[in-house]
Amino acid sequence: MRLLNRTAGRISRHRRGRLAGVVMLMVGLVLTGGLYTVFAPAQADSSESDAALVAEGRELFLVSCSFCHGKNGEGVLTEGGTQYGPSLAGVGAASADFQLGTGRMPLTRPGQQVAVKPVVFDDDEIEALSAYVASLGPGPAVPDEKDYSLEGLSAAEREEAVTRGSQIFLTNCTACHNFSGNGGAMPRGGAAPNILGTTPEHIYEAMLTGPGNMDTFSNGNLSPEEKRDVIAYVSQLREQPEYGGFGLGGLGPVSEGMFAWLVGIGGLVGFAVWIAAHTTRSTKQPSKGADA
Amino acid sequence: MSVDTSKVADTNAGTAATPKKPGKAGVVANWADERLGLGTLMKKNLRKVFPDHWSFMLGEIALWSFVVLLLSGVFLTLWYTPSMGEVEYQGSYNPLRGVEMSEAMASTLRLSFDVRGGLLMRQMHHWAAMLFIASMMIHLLRVYFTGAFRKPRELNWVIGSLLLLLGTLEGFTGYSLPDDLLSGTGIRAADGFMKSMPVVGTYMSFFLFGGEFPGEAIIPRLYTVHVLLIPGILLALIAAHMLLLVYHKHTQWPGPGRTEENVVGFPMLPVYAAKAGGFFFIVFGVSALMGGLLSINPVWKFGPYDPTKVTAGSQPDWYMGWPDGLLRIMPGWESHFWGVTLSWNVFIPIIVMPGLMFTILLMLPFIESWVTGDKRDHHLLQRPRNAPTRTAVMVALMTFYGLAWIAGGNDIIAIKLHLSINQITYFIRAAIFVGPVIAFLITRRWCISLQRHDEQKLLHGYETGIIMRSAEGGYSERHLPVNEAEAYTLTAREREEVWTPGDRTDANGVPAKRGRLDGLRGKLSTLMYADNVQPVTKEELEAAHHHADHEHELQASLEGQPADGHQFNGHHAVDGEDLRGDH
Repeated sequence: MRLLNRTAGRISRHRRGRLAGVVMLMVGLVLTGGLYTVFAPAQADSSESDAALVAEGRELFLVSCSFCHGKNGEGVLTEGGTQYGPSLAGVGAASADFQLGTGRMPLTRPGQQVAVKPVVFDDDEIEALSAYVASLGPGPAVPDEKDYSLEGLSAAEREEAVTRGSQIFLTNCTACHNFSGNGGAMPRGGAAPNILGTTPEHIYEAMLTGPGNMDTFSNGNLSPEEKRDVIAYVSQLREQPEYGGFGLGGLGPVSEGMFAWLVGIGGLVGFAVWIAAHTTRSTKQPSKGADA
Repeated sequence: MSVDTSKVADTNAGTAATPKKPGKAGVVANWADERLGLGTLMKKNLRKVFPDHWSFMLGEIALWSFVVLLLSGVFLTLWYTPSMGEVEYQGSYNPLRGVEMSEAMASTLRLSFDVRGGLLMRQMHHWAAMLFIASMMIHLLRVYFTGAFRKPRELNWVIGSLLLLLGTLEGFTGYSLPDDLLSGTGIRAADGFMKSMPVVGTYMSFFLFGGEFPGEAIIPRLYTVHVLLIPGILLALIAAHMLLLVYHKHTQWPGPGRTEENVVGFPMLPVYAAKAGGFFFIVFGVSALMGGLLSINPVWKFGPYDPTKVTAGSQPDWYMGWPDGLLRIMPGWESHFWGVTLSWNVFIPIIVMPGLMFTILLMLPFIESWVTGDKRDHHLLQRPRNAPTRTAVMVALMTFYGLAWIAGGNDIIAIKLHLSINQITYFIRAAIFVGPVIAFLITRRWCISLQRHDEQKLLHGYETGIIMRSAEGGYSERHLPVNEAEAYTLTAREREEVWTPGDRTDANGVPAKRGRLDGLRGKLSTLMYADNVQPVTKEELEAAHHHADHEHELQASLEGQPADGHQFNGHHAVDGEDLRGDH
């Protein structure tokens, strides 16, 4: 303790020196910069290759996207003043990666529901386009695999994650995507899609960016761990067996009612016809009667 | 007066006649008969005759699925806990382990995952419930379309309608019991429906839930209603329904040898016992197959009920779907009086309409007998075409029901057919008024056309499909008379008379006794009967035959030739006769 006091005292002697302020400023700057380099997201490392990627993305963007989103991603207004293609400043790489990676963009026509089509771009092109969109303004980055994977958790922790995810899913997602993730209707021809076939990465990005009618679940709203748990539950829904047999599309009582009528009543009326048609013979068959 | 005494015993010598030693079954039967006295009753009823037709077995589906419901339901009660006590789920379904839920939900999950055969029984019970109500409805349609509800069976129609209503309520209370997200949403909706009733609504809701929704009373109460109250009434009404069936005897289709006074068919033993008993096993088998193979109400996916949650595709079971559909297409009308909101948007579709529709259903036999003035007993059925207006009324009601049903699944239809849910709703808002009217008109004219077709068949014969070429080169199709049995069947119906109200004044100018609704009744009777084709009379038929005979004479040279048209109607043997002749 005494040693510490003596050292502090020794430094303290210089605190009123002429260069003290400059030195402190330099130390502060170096520390901030150094710490930033250590803790900042990975892409900040390779600014040079980033610049190349953004340039490549811009080339692709001008060809495929600028018609609706504008040459600089600033968005295009219709004559009526509504958005033709929205501005992409600030939507982030996650949004671009989701829209391109699930085959929603490029859009074939504007409308209530963005159709899911075969993916147009390959992975490298999507990465370049996402980098370009990210360069337009700060926004959510493409999540890393460790953000949504349960790697490194014990079996018990995984189970807890799935349970937590099930409750978050039932609170936030089922109202549109239905209890089994099979999707549901939205106003005027829109639809919340079936999410059972969506990759974990895209589910994470969708929660982060809220495509279409979907709400945005920012990290303040659903923490990254909670997002991971939701994804774990959706994977569980996808992988667990249909305990009750054929799931009838997982749509609830409407499809159950259809099967009750078509299979159940249809079959039973068929049996009724069969039973009524097979009856005792009240007369001898003519050919046999004639012989006797 | 001479009596033939040759058959009378003239001696009592020799051995006395002794009865054969009875068989084992006889001993048991006799033992029972001496104590229960059922022999006389059974002797009569075991040979009771039932007519044979597939459509007479639809009610049996309902009966047997009710038996399946009783059997599987008893199994479920052994494990189900009707309690809203909060517990932490610790069963074998991982994704819900550790979640707080009611004991009702936890025991349903236990039934599904930890009780051997529990999920099969749950699903069988649920599928059998769907089949129970569906088969009651198709049975109702058969009874209505064939006129089997007419005197003396009106009360059995009323009992059947009550069974349908109670079955629906029983279904609702049943699928509410697991206390999962879907059933809780249903109970919440029911709470809202009750509260939409002016004045009494909130009181009724508080009475049912023992306070504000959800409280802790609703599940135990629904359970008592579901396993005791309604099943008891159902059993009693089913017994009454079947006793009346035995008392009235079964209706039958008209045909040679069938009259209003007899029943032509097969006896209970051995034929009908085998058929009906076999049908039970078929119904049981179909329920078991559906329960084993088709998932129904996967409560583990819904999770426990929580008023903050809801899922897309929250629909009631199919039999509650049509009021739900009316609710979905109803515009959001509300009125406010002195700080009180009257929710017409809920009250009309879900409280008024089902009540109104049920009243109409209940009254159908009485309305018809009032319109027609027909107070006679009827045991012979009518073909739907021979009562065009009645058939059209039911088809109109079915159209209404079907459109409301479609509206109830509008979200599923929207996503599966890529339609706009709004446009489906707009379409059905109009169609629910226009559709039944169109259906009524089309069905009525369709039936009358079929009647005309029958008349043609009687008077001009049936179309043989044989095209004749005359010497002049003209072509015509040969018609041949229908056989006598078919002619009898086609003509075995009553002539209908339009009921006309009497004059307003009698011959002396004094105002005559007249019901207030006589004018309406006359108009309805005209609608009911005036356009119908009346059965062919004996004279008309004879005249037609005479005409046909004349035509036959003209074509006599063809008789016996190949393709004279008698190859198919049994007029003469055609063995060895080649249709194309010997070339």
